[in-house]
Amino acid sequence: MPTAISIFGLVKNFGSTRALDAFDMTVWDNEVHGFLGPNGAGKSTTIRVLLGLLRRDAGEIDLLGGDPWRDAVALHRRLAYVPDDVKLWPTLTGGEVIDLMGKLRGGLDPARRAEMLDRFKLDPTKKCGTYSKGNRQKVAIVAAFASDVELFLLDEPTSGLDPLMVMAFRETVTEARREGRTVVLSSHIFADVEALCDRITIIRQGKTVQAGTLDELRHLTRTLIEVETERTVDDLEKLPGVHAVEREGLQTSFQVDSDEIDRVLRHLVQFGVKSLHSAPPSLEELFMRHYGDEVSEQKKPEEA
Amino acid sequence: MKQAFTGTLALAWVALSRDRIQLPIWIVAITLFKVFVLAAWNGDLTDEELLSVTQFYGVHPAMRLFGLASGPTLGAYVMSRGFVLFAVLIALMSILFVVRHTRQDEDTGRAEYINSAVVGRHANLASAFMVAVGANIVLALLISLVFIFNDLPVAGSFAAGAAYAGVGIFFAGVASVTAQLAATSRGATGLALLALGVAFALPGIGNMLGQVDEEGVRIISSWPAWLSPLGWGQQMRPFAEDHWSLLGLFGFFFVAFALAGFYLETRRDIGKGFLPEKPGPAEAAPSLLNPLGLVWRLQRGAFVGWAIAVTLFSILFGAVSGDIDALLEELEEWTDIFERIGGTDVMIDAAFVTFVGIFAAVIAIYAVQVLLRMRLEESDGPAEPVMATAVSRQRWIMGYIVNSVLGAAALLLMAGLAMGISAGVALDELGTWVSDLVVAALVQLPAVLVIIGIVVAAFGLLPRRVGLIAWLVLAVAIITGPWLAGILDLPEWAENISPFSHAPAVPAEAVTATPILAMLAVAIVLVGIGILAFRRRDIDLPAG
Repeated sequence: MPTAISIFGLVKNFGSTRALDAFDMTVWDNEVHGFLGPNGAGKSTTIRVLLGLLRRDAGEIDLLGGDPWRDAVALHRRLAYVPDDVKLWPTLTGGEVIDLMGKLRGGLDPARRAEMLDRFKLDPTKKCGTYSKGNRQKVAIVAAFASDVELFLLDEPTSGLDPLMVMAFRETVTEARREGRTVVLSSHIFADVEALCDRITIIRQGKTVQAGTLDELRHLTRTLIEVETERTVDDLEKLPGVHAVEREGLQTSFQVDSDEIDRVLRHLVQFGVKSLHSAPPSLEELFMRHYGDEVSEQKKPEEA
Repeated sequence: MKQAFTGTLALAWVALSRDRIQLPIWIVAITLFKVFVLAAWNGDLTDEELLSVTQFYGVHPAMRLFGLASGPTLGAYVMSRGFVLFAVLIALMSILFVVRHTRQDEDTGRAEYINSAVVGRHANLASAFMVAVGANIVLALLISLVFIFNDLPVAGSFAAGAAYAGVGIFFAGVASVTAQLAATSRGATGLALLALGVAFALPGIGNMLGQVDEEGVRIISSWPAWLSPLGWGQQMRPFAEDHWSLLGLFGFFFVAFALAGFYLETRRDIGKGFLPEKPGPAEAAPSLLNPLGLVWRLQRGAFVGWAIAVTLFSILFGAVSGDIDALLEELEEWTDIFERIGGTDVMIDAAFVTFVGIFAAVIAIYAVQVLLRMRLEESDGPAEPVMATAVSRQRWIMGYIVNSVLGAAALLLMAGLAMGISAGVALDELGTWVSDLVVAALVQLPAVLVIIGIVVAAFGLLPRRVGLIAWLVLAVAIITGPWLAGILDLPEWAENISPFSHAPAVPAEAVTATPILAMLAVAIVLVGIGILAFRRRDIDLPAG
């Protein structure tokens, strides 16, 4: 399958701080790719390198068949970007900014613009200085999705949106995918990523720690099983891949490595299963597994 | 009712600590400015000279625009020269302070947070008043002391300080009302500045339309002067008549504005104003849709302000030309300085070389401001989405450079034209003066371009230092420029540092191509270095 973005061994230093440390990421054509990581992990830095705003110190990048630094202008005609913290000019109206961004990108579709304004309930006659964070974000989202581009780079685009607007945003991303476009969605919001993304990359301290489809990643982690049996379940702890067993009478709950589920179920049926509940790990649990130690250690945040 | 003011003292303390740097800087800077102004004028003027300069300010209608002559004493002369300028500065301090601590808190959401605590409805505004009035009184006392240390009469010194404080406190009241009216802090500041502009214009007009006494040393103003707090401050006539009773006018209006501010505050929601924010265009005009148009749009308001100020002052400087010979006969020291700067003993030509040079230096400040906006867009973040579009770095930076160069050229042209027309009318030689002074102004452009070049190069090479470098370069160029170097008696090598020293001294001398071409070449090389460096470096954006 052709790739929209492939990054290999990307290094970016800010003075003595290493923001990206041999980071790898592959985004296929026409997928919605989730990009996760805690604050300061290097998400925004990666996106800024992809935009040619920062110059990489080492590594290979192929962005839509070009080099993000050398071919910046040509590539920017084919992509749209929604920044994390949207800063706009207080004296310009939202409508003016949308037109400006669209024109500078190479033109925008007036019908699409009107449709997006309506969908996001944005008043284009208001000055940007009076917009809330969510409304500034809507300006950037409308400006991006009213353009006819191949790739969208979205840096935490829903952090200021209310739930209704989040639904409108998801609809917009789904449409874009259906039309054959590619979306990179950097986010903290697991629900958005779970709902939208085909594949995800998790970054931590400038390195890739996980990449793959959500299903693939789930295989790398544990499933929670709660089971009620006719007789007490014995010898569960002796099975490979079983963790955190708790018993309360005939109720048993435990975690199991995803590739050991089959063996464990065969074991369980010997005891007369009356009910069984299994929960696949949520993205949040995946994420917490990679960052749990960091959260508990309260590490100092680094430069993004 | 008493509850409405709960927490006022605590909030006043918060306001003071938030402003522990900004407010003292205003107060100290204005006081020091006064010290320098007095040092420049004190001791040098004989009684005859005082009489003649006072008459100059009394008789000449254009000069009356900026001051009210009250008598041939040093104190009265200093007040007529400096009162309006200092009153405007002090009013600005008050307006910015009050808006910062009322309306701006609402814009940032701080006010909501504060008001959720045990704080009365009027506590925030009342605390802003307390600190603003206090700051004005401190400043007034300091200014009075500066006068007293310069051996001026004590009563007049305090009257002068009181006149300044009156204006400052009046505008604290005005700002408290505009903060309720406007929908944003920007709007509140704008409305208050509009009021300040009207207050600035009225006494000027009133004094121009007024009568001057037989000796030509005391103006009796016409009625418009009495419609403005700046007018009342002038009419107090410190060091001449000391009309203390006019303080009552300031007090009355401050109380009235304060009550209006409190009343309006009870009638509106937090974060909203009485004047609805006017809707703007839903679609952008085609002229906005490129980097050049964007920068022009962002800069337009500032440019218009500069254009008005440059034109007005140019008319004024042109208009005094008719009296310059007469004035300089009285003040021999100035004759020497003008001769040195202009390189000619034809005083009128030497004077215009000086005037045009000063305008060029001031216009360079505008050019630098446009370029520093570029850095602000980068460090604050709005540049990021623009550079993520199909705009190359050259096109982006050229948007600022072209606006800076064309803006400076247009302002120089306006200065030359306005000065030429008004001098031409005064001296009855319209054609000659217009063409001479337009050329004189335009040959200053290469010197401005050198400064633009240095700032662009700094932006490319040392983006985080560009603000410091820009102001330093401006300061050095002005201090070692021909006018100050003349007054400060600097050696020739020092004078040669400033690009302004190399601009042809038209109309005293003919235009010479060598310095113009040399400065153009330097400017182009510097701009080229800046653009190349900018294309190769990281964009220095806020942490995301």
